[in-house]
Amino acid sequence: MSVNTTTTDGSQAATGSAGSVKAVSLPKPAAASSNAKIMRTAGIVLLIMGLAAPFMAGNFLIFQLTMMLIYGIAILGLNILTGINGQFSLGHGAFYAVGAYTAAIMMDQFGVGYLWTLPVAGIICFIVGFLFGLPALRLEGVYLALATFALAVVTPQLFKLSPFEHWTSGVMGIVISKPEAPFGLPLNPDQWLYFLTLAIGLLAYVCARNLVASRTGRALMAIRDNPIAAGSMGVNTALFKSLAFGVSALYTGVAGALGAIVVQYISPDSFTFTLSVALVVGLVVGGVGWLPGALFGGAFIMFVPNIAEELSKGLSGAVYGAIMILMMYAIPTGLGGLLKAALTALSKRSKTR
Amino acid sequence: MHMRRNILKYVGAGLVVSSSLAFASISQAADMPGVTDTEIKIGNIAPYSGPASAYSTIAKTISAYFDKVNEEGGINGRKVNFLSYDDGYSPPKAVEQARKLVESDEALLIFQSLGTPSNSAIEKYMNMKKVPQLLVATGATKFGDPENFPWTMGWQPNYQSEGIIYGRWIAAEMPDAKIAVMYQNDDFGKDLLNGLKTGLGDKADMVIAEASYEVAEPVVDSQVVKLKASGADVFISFSTPKFAAQGIKKAHEIGWDATQIVANVSNSVGAVLTPAGLEASEGLISTAYLKDMQDPQWADDQGVKDWNAFMDKYYADGDKLSSFTTYGYSVAQTMVHILEQAGDDLTRENVLKQAASMKDVTLPLFLPGMSMNTSDTDYFPIEQMQLMKFNGERWENFGEIISGEVGGN
Amino acid sequence: MELLAQQLITGIATGGIYACMALAVVMIYQAIHHLNFAQGEMAMFSTFIAWQMLAWGVPYWLVIPLTVALSFVGGVAIERLVIRPLGDAPVLSHIVVFIGLFAIINSLAGFIWDFTIKPFPSPFGEGSQFGGLISNHQIGMIAVTMAVLVMLFLFFQYTRVGLAMRAAAENPASARLVGIRVGWMIALGWGMASAIGAIAGILIAPIVFLEPNMMLSILLYGFAGAVLGGLTSPTGAVFGGFMVGIIENLAGTYIPEIGGELKLPIALFLIVTVLVFKPTGLFGRTVVQRV
Repeated sequence: MSVNTTTTDGSQAATGSAGSVKAVSLPKPAAASSNAKIMRTAGIVLLIMGLAAPFMAGNFLIFQLTMMLIYGIAILGLNILTGINGQFSLGHGAFYAVGAYTAAIMMDQFGVGYLWTLPVAGIICFIVGFLFGLPALRLEGVYLALATFALAVVTPQLFKLSPFEHWTSGVMGIVISKPEAPFGLPLNPDQWLYFLTLAIGLLAYVCARNLVASRTGRALMAIRDNPIAAGSMGVNTALFKSLAFGVSALYTGVAGALGAIVVQYISPDSFTFTLSVALVVGLVVGGVGWLPGALFGGAFIMFVPNIAEELSKGLSGAVYGAIMILMMYAIPTGLGGLLKAALTALSKRSKTR
Repeated sequence: MHMRRNILKYVGAGLVVSSSLAFASISQAADMPGVTDTEIKIGNIAPYSGPASAYSTIAKTISAYFDKVNEEGGINGRKVNFLSYDDGYSPPKAVEQARKLVESDEALLIFQSLGTPSNSAIEKYMNMKKVPQLLVATGATKFGDPENFPWTMGWQPNYQSEGIIYGRWIAAEMPDAKIAVMYQNDDFGKDLLNGLKTGLGDKADMVIAEASYEVAEPVVDSQVVKLKASGADVFISFSTPKFAAQGIKKAHEIGWDATQIVANVSNSVGAVLTPAGLEASEGLISTAYLKDMQDPQWADDQGVKDWNAFMDKYYADGDKLSSFTTYGYSVAQTMVHILEQAGDDLTRENVLKQAASMKDVTLPLFLPGMSMNTSDTDYFPIEQMQLMKFNGERWENFGEIISGEVGGN
Repeated sequence: MELLAQQLITGIATGGIYACMALAVVMIYQAIHHLNFAQGEMAMFSTFIAWQMLAWGVPYWLVIPLTVALSFVGGVAIERLVIRPLGDAPVLSHIVVFIGLFAIINSLAGFIWDFTIKPFPSPFGEGSQFGGLISNHQIGMIAVTMAVLVMLFLFFQYTRVGLAMRAAAENPASARLVGIRVGWMIALGWGMASAIGAIAGILIAPIVFLEPNMMLSILLYGFAGAVLGGLTSPTGAVFGGFMVGIIENLAGTYIPEIGGELKLPIALFLIVTVLVFKPTGLFGRTVVQRV
């Protein structure tokens, strides 16, 4: 889990963050080894808890945890685009929707098995994301934010368009059956879907880490930190920026497909711009540029609205909003930023000792 | 130091999570889930936040009505514990809340969950779990399908029958009319439009122009201007209150002298016609099944007086102009009736059975002569409506009480 | 032909709404170089305050200046109390705070005033022109928008404060060096944006009716108009607002089958297309970036 930390940290610390998106860069290599140990232990503890949870929790909580993981995967995708490559998106709900519709239509119209819908949803979203990334190349900052926001608003409308109704069932939406656990595994459907999501989430996380550590990842980060400098150093900015959009959309699309299977229902109303906004909130709260933050972000957007509702029904929106703002005061760079600060403080202390 | 404290925090949080996991897994099976000797748990899902939050007034009214019921001794001695959760009109959230109500709170049933998308999302789950999903707050025709979804039942007249009523009336009264329709681009608008065409039968080509709008649009001026240009002399608006009011106002401004029809959801004198302008609303046609509280003809009606007293005492900050309050009041009364019928046998099966065997049940706010009937094969409680015309001051009912004929088959 | 003329006039009338909001969007962008997602909600809340005062019997001519003044104070207060503590947190953290503000204001308004639509009286009276296609109110609204535009232009071009404000937004470090109190300039910008938002809300409410969600989509159209015209140009924003209204109506009327359903998508698609060729909008300045 932490094998690659040194390389990524090194490159990030070297370039600094001058781009419009300030990403969290973890501390310098000197302190990395002891910090890496802490992170690895934390990761293992989390994983054990994650594996044990479905045997201790009721089905309802398993369902919630599954949704949390799904949002986490979607936020991970957004993090690749925003955190690693420095491009804004307020429209990732659109890719989530495309993934969900791909899965639902394949299952509903063609009777394809649910597992097969996941890669297809990923590929389709990659293409859609890549294509959207091309015109987005010309846009920066707020303009890009606006264009992506437009995408989030428009997509649900496209899915209810009458010429496509034959496929999408228009506003009535599509109902999906819940898959049973395969190979006679002694799991109920909720537990099975949880483990499936957990496995895909882990795979997604490992791939993302490797991507960040690769040449491609360094190019993406160079573009984030200074696009003009990166371009003059021979990085094909246009290609890599579009690629970032594509990969990011792929992640979010797979999450969307999983979401459709777990919720067992999709309709245009499932994917309003509120979803896109929630993903951005999750990204920031987790920490822009810090990949594990996606899990925390997913937990935040899954559970905090419920807490807000417990506190006050009439004013649940206000309570949620207030929690968001307080969160930004407490940890303006998200959980990732907080950890970074904590680790830096720790390593300083151990050095002075 | 910082880090160590943080680690402790995480470990602590982990312990809390896992212990709450363990706690959640304890669930006991009972013959009457959600029911004790003193309490009945009733679940509800409504949009308290998000773009459809206007509808939350219904759930608030229902909650206030159960307060009244509880204060007066409850239902057969049991107090109602009304658990109403927010889904923000988002289907995935509705699924989560439904599972919370069924698996975590163990409610007896879910009552008046709101909106076609949210109800569609939970319908399959509720039927698999065999938990009643009663009197849902939508008029989509699909929620009256006892053969495939025996645990799901609607309440209000469905949109399609309402459309059929308008279609038949126009075909009979104005056979040479040219009709222009503005509709909301969702299940509500489309069901009404389909119903209208069904009602017109072989004269469906009387509809010469259609224009849809999205809920996200700020104004519908363009649609109204376009429809007027078609030369139609009947203007039908299958819209929700805000857009209906805008439509009436605009049609009046551009001097469109057409016979206007508005859907039942948008015929409130206080919430639609007054904002649109009473003069502009004169001559409007609509249908009704409940009395309109702003209508002076019911000023001395006992049911209306009771409603006023209820609103003053239990829901004082509620908006009396909103037709959602009369709706919520009446549907809550229906629920109480069903539970009273079930007596002490409050199993899910028996409650469903009572819901599906209403015979000529009438409510104080129903128009005179109306009643609810259900059976194993008829899951549409209210199927009657009456046409009415606005005279610039109040609605005047005319014609017979009409039965829609979608239900029951 | 007649329909075309009608739709053009209707488009201008509707575009007036967007132009009005676009102006408020540009105002805040001039001050902080961010888009404030809570701006529509702030305008809605101001309008509710006006409505409440009218309901209490305060005369109309007093309500408008009072509301504008209160909104100005409110805007400054939000900047001082909510935004200031963020300091130089990343852009995205600011966006999350805007989203939080959005949720708070929307939820509060619903809690206090409920969600039933409320008629809001027009300061310009009833009645209409061009066979009802454009109401007197809408003509008045366009006139006020134009007047605000001229005032803003003069303010930013010729007053010391206006120039200082632009400097503070564009280059805070240099502005500070020449003695501009950057922090207060930003607060002033918030106040002015909030005041213009209040005017926009009061002008828009008589057309779309007052309710907590009334600004939800209008803000999007306002953004679209502002971006089309160029976020750095008030004139461009107003022009962009009108263009969006016209494009949308023509698309809805003349594109067969799907035109009606796709009014908004088509308008947004056109805007993105414009941006691809002119990334800073039609009237926007191109910013040269230093390495």
